[in-house]
Amino acid sequence: MLEASDLECERGGRRLFRALTFSVNSGEIVRVAGANGSGKTSLLRILCGLLTPSAGEVRWNGARIQSLKEEYARHVLYLGHAPAVKDELTGAENLRVACVLAGLSTTAQQTRDALARFGVPGDKPVRQLSQGQRRRAALARLSVSWQAPVWLLDEPFTALDAAAAELTRTLLGEHAQRGGSVVYSTHQDAGLHDSRVIEL
Amino acid sequence: MVVWRELLVAMRRRSDVATALLFFVIVASLFPLGIGAEPNKLRAIAPGVIWVSALLSSMLSLGRLFAADHADGTLEQMVLGAAPLGVTAAAKAFAHWLVSGLPLVAIAPLVALQYDLDAGLYGVLALSLLLGTPVLSLIGGIGAALTLGVRGGGVLLALLVLPLYVPVLVMGAGSVEMASAGLGGQGQLLILGAMLIVAAAFAPWATAAALRISSE
Repeated sequence: MLEASDLECERGGRRLFRALTFSVNSGEIVRVAGANGSGKTSLLRILCGLLTPSAGEVRWNGARIQSLKEEYARHVLYLGHAPAVKDELTGAENLRVACVLAGLSTTAQQTRDALARFGVPGDKPVRQLSQGQRRRAALARLSVSWQAPVWLLDEPFTALDAAAAELTRTLLGEHAQRGGSVVYSTHQDAGLHDSRVIEL
Repeated sequence: MVVWRELLVAMRRRSDVATALLFFVIVASLFPLGIGAEPNKLRAIAPGVIWVSALLSSMLSLGRLFAADHADGTLEQMVLGAAPLGVTAAAKAFAHWLVSGLPLVAIAPLVALQYDLDAGLYGVLALSLLLGTPVLSLIGGIGAALTLGVRGGGVLLALLVLPLYVPVLVMGAGSVEMASAGLGGQGQLLILGAMLIVAAAFAPWATAAALRISSE
């Protein structure tokens, strides 16, 4: 279980949120909503350990994530604003590298299937793909990251067409059904059966 | 895997690798043209000039060490990776050395031909670069991580890193000078080796700490 207690975040001298307490249990999908600049990205970065909160703490199964370090990282999939794919590498190479970095064991066939599911050509350098296809290449990680119980996704539906958005919704739903937890940010209702909405 | 990825990216962006190597060759070749063809003078300045050229060439490619990963978001994935960040930083520094340091080691004896260096000194020069250039990559990694995302980071990087490069430069160039004076350069080479061990042991962890600060 992921727990956030009394979280406070200040960026550039401006307080984004304070006294934010919530928990995310297995099988829950939590949506982080709010206007631009309200701190959605900062909250997700705090939850994954990239950003240190001004006050408060995040715990994973009772232990502070700062003390768990890589042990916590193995349980988390974080997809930020940037697609985290290298232009020079192909979709398949990018996915393989991402999985190894995350400590996920995947086969070449699983990598190919994940990319095919999102309609991303696995053998083309990413620089030759459109923005939407790059986003799909990044989201293909969802198909091979079932081993990571916590998914933290920053605006996962941005730049996606209807089919890719539907596939993403399906994958998020499947992950929750498997007992995983999903925390994602979005400006509008993405049509998911959210367990809870955190309004910033 | 990080090393494999870095080499793959470098192979597909050959111009970046060639730029640093060409810079080394051009800078080292300009001195004989500017100073004149006086063999004794050229022999005397050769170790220092070649080492300074190697140092500047290595620094030229430092800016890209983490900048591209920072821009495309892959750095976040490394920071959140399953492997300790220090190990990833060490792999990045090793890949940087393979791409920008090792070619200098290979080409330095050819460049040294212009300085009429004794044939027996080519080995000492190459060995000093072989021991010294990884230290440049390791120390440079700390500077590159600290200046990540900072406006005017290139100048700041040079200000941060160049003073730390001085001992490597002194020992590297000194080993060739001592060998050319017939005193043997083993002492300097051993110190360079010690510097490499210390840098390999500590620099990746300092780089990791700097990367964590920069990714906040």
